[in-house]
Amino acid sequence: MRNSKVVSLEEAIKRSGLQNGMTVSFHHHFRGGDKVVNLVMDCLAQMGFKDLKLAASSLSDVHKPLIEHIKNGVITGISTSGLRGELADAISHGLMKEPVVFRSHGGRGSAIASGELKIDVAFLGASACDELGNACGVPRSEHAKSICGSLGYALPDARYAKHVVVITDDLVPYPNMPQSISAADVESVVVVDSVGDSSKIAAGAIRDSKNPRDILLAKQAAKVIINSGYFEDGFSIQTGTGGASLAAVKYIREEMLKRNIKASFALGGITAHMVKLHEEGLIGKLIDVQSFDKVAAESIARDPLHQEVSAVEYASGQHLGSATHALDIVILSALEVDVHFNVNVLVGSDGIIRGAIGGHQDTAADSALSIIVCPLLRGRIPCVVPKVTTLITPGKSVDVVVTEYGIAVNPLRPEIAERLKASGLKLVDIEELARKATSIIGMPDSLPFGDRVVGVVMNRDGSVLDKIYNIR
Amino acid sequence: MMFVPGNNPGMMADAHIYGPDSIMLDLEDSVTMAEKDAARLLVYNALKSIDYGNTEMVVRINPLNTPYGKKDVEAVVKAGVDVIRMPKTETADEVRELEAEILKVETEIGRVGETRIMAAIESALGIVNAYQIATASERMMGIALGAEDYSANLKTNRTPGGAELLLAREQIVVAARAAGIACFDTVYSNLDDMETFRKEVELIKTLGFDGKSIINPRQIEVVNSVFTPTEKEITKARAVVAAIKEAQAKGSGVISLNGKMVDRPVVLRAERTIALAVAAGVIDKEEEL
Amino acid sequence: MKNSVAGTLESGDIMVTIGPGEGLQVELQSSVAAQFGRQIKAVIIETLEGLGITDARVEAVDKGALDCTIRARVTAAAVRATGKDVWKD
Repeated sequence: MRNSKVVSLEEAIKRSGLQNGMTVSFHHHFRGGDKVVNLVMDCLAQMGFKDLKLAASSLSDVHKPLIEHIKNGVITGISTSGLRGELADAISHGLMKEPVVFRSHGGRGSAIASGELKIDVAFLGASACDELGNACGVPRSEHAKSICGSLGYALPDARYAKHVVVITDDLVPYPNMPQSISAADVESVVVVDSVGDSSKIAAGAIRDSKNPRDILLAKQAAKVIINSGYFEDGFSIQTGTGGASLAAVKYIREEMLKRNIKASFALGGITAHMVKLHEEGLIGKLIDVQSFDKVAAESIARDPLHQEVSAVEYASGQHLGSATHALDIVILSALEVDVHFNVNVLVGSDGIIRGAIGGHQDTAADSALSIIVCPLLRGRIPCVVPKVTTLITPGKSVDVVVTEYGIAVNPLRPEIAERLKASGLKLVDIEELARKATSIIGMPDSLPFGDRVVGVVMNRDGSVLDKIYNIR
Repeated sequence: MMFVPGNNPGMMADAHIYGPDSIMLDLEDSVTMAEKDAARLLVYNALKSIDYGNTEMVVRINPLNTPYGKKDVEAVVKAGVDVIRMPKTETADEVRELEAEILKVETEIGRVGETRIMAAIESALGIVNAYQIATASERMMGIALGAEDYSANLKTNRTPGGAELLLAREQIVVAARAAGIACFDTVYSNLDDMETFRKEVELIKTLGFDGKSIINPRQIEVVNSVFTPTEKEITKARAVVAAIKEAQAKGSGVISLNGKMVDRPVVLRAERTIALAVAAGVIDKEEEL
Repeated sequence: MKNSVAGTLESGDIMVTIGPGEGLQVELQSSVAAQFGRQIKAVIIETLEGLGITDARVEAVDKGALDCTIRARVTAAAVRATGKDVWKD
């Protein structure tokens, strides 16, 4: 083809004008199966680059090889939504000189759009791409092998990065349309054997949890939603992928059928559960920034009412048009909630980073009703605590906390407490939950934090919320 | 009554959060011989330390004619258990033997008369002796059917319809009612077949049982939904109770409702409906007083 | 005293190995060591002292057990190691 942008990875990097000290970016739609980050970073290291800043939408266990690149000075700065596994462990123990900057998905989108987070070269993996750079996350040929569905987190990078390289393992004939990433934004296209391990990108439909505690939590969360005052025709909802969250969808569905209530849209990471309700006519539209499983990825490929949105359109705090501002109800998880309803979803109670902010801050802040579902205890780890290890989502945006030992409502929302009580639900004071946890497991010793800052938690408006110190 | 294996600390720690009326920590069939000592210590320490709230705590001990039975009694009485469930009960003498063991430990710790007994009947001989067993001790609070051993003893198998258990179930209800104590049905172990489970619960409620033994928290909702009185039943029962109060206020021995005299069985049934509704949490106790 | 084990590696349990030693030596591996290691060791030592054991080597692998479980497992391992039961025969 004339004007083909297809080149080797090395050539694409040369053409990009990348220099030491610049910022490269990646998305995490291939989740635990991602091969793009490691592939590109290995190549950059081989080409002799140093002092690069890595701006990822998120990082996980699979990115363990970055530890070497950090040690060798190839990477000197990271911004991400989350960290897991050995990389997270090493960084928590003080691997990097410069602290990692943690942003929510909406916060990252805003920071890119506003220019606060400048990206020099974006390396964006795609399930299919044509020679001019029209790219998408859905299958477009019989050779498609790495399917992720929505490319929502990659779209701000594609639009605002100075230079965009699409990396694909399925080059398809022009025109690859409709496309997620437009050829107009793309400078080079690189074809590789594989951008991801498909078995780890999207699980098949997640099976319903049989864990009795998840089911108990789910039933309580569903009761809260149904009696909250927001459960009426045309409502909108977002849920996570945890066992309790998914099981709650089942009970909400039963009640929707019983009362003949339909939802206008479901938002966020879309799962098979939401696709099922949509296909049954119970949810009007699916607004999808990330397709969590195969069913969701297949649905977005064929269903015009299942729409892809960018991280900015999904959850930006600055753009009042973002979908979270129209969201009624969100069910969220937590590693820790404290007696002021502050939530931590990033740092484990051992002081080691083991999670991601995701859309937590964004959806809690903008939704009409935010519900945190978490067990009071995970083994001997308390989840309702006097003070969170790290502040991620401020308590003023958290409305209800559901645990197996009781439901607590934020005193800032007395009207919700009244409605729940009127429906016969018994509420407890959040302080009482924290005391209950301590009475069962005892008072934990304080963690051996050092005095070096290894992470900075940003609020979605760009201000600093909290700092994470190294753990000894 | 929810069964929890006595050698599983993870399950024992929070079994009460699912809201069963009672929890039975098991030292018998779910614990291997090599772990009897460890499970006994685990149950002892759990009963002493874990706050199970208002849940009635039951421990199924090993039979007294095994090397474990007497130690089990000593441990659980010292830990302050509410009820000891004796397995494979066949005669009233066995109950009296257990009673003597309990009294011995209670006397030692100065807590006489606090421990109650539940007898599980799991054989043909036990069924024949059901009434004698039910009346063998002041401490006897209820009798229960153990269907696996019983059906094996009858030389038959368990079936979904439960035809093989019909006489045993009826005999247990009749014996319990004659003795003025409670009666509990056996477990249903197929967790994936909630429909058959529901039918079984409906059947045993009709037969007159006070409750069902369960092996998983997921079964609680079904039992509660079958045993919880409907709104219509509660309304009717409330009317009867109101009529009783009215009669009492008038000092009249005759209770009448809508111009008709209310028989004593109707009164008893109404009171039982209210008690069940309170127990299920669908109505508040305060409002009934 | 012979080497004896009690408990499992299931979540919420603790596996305790007791053998001959001088004084009470406790080696602990725990998923919650940072916050509860000190308390877990204290419970182990207190339980052994309560049983009148002053010389033993203890290895414990903890999976988030509550104190009551730790007491039960330490006692069970000690009973098995010494052959002296806490209940009457």
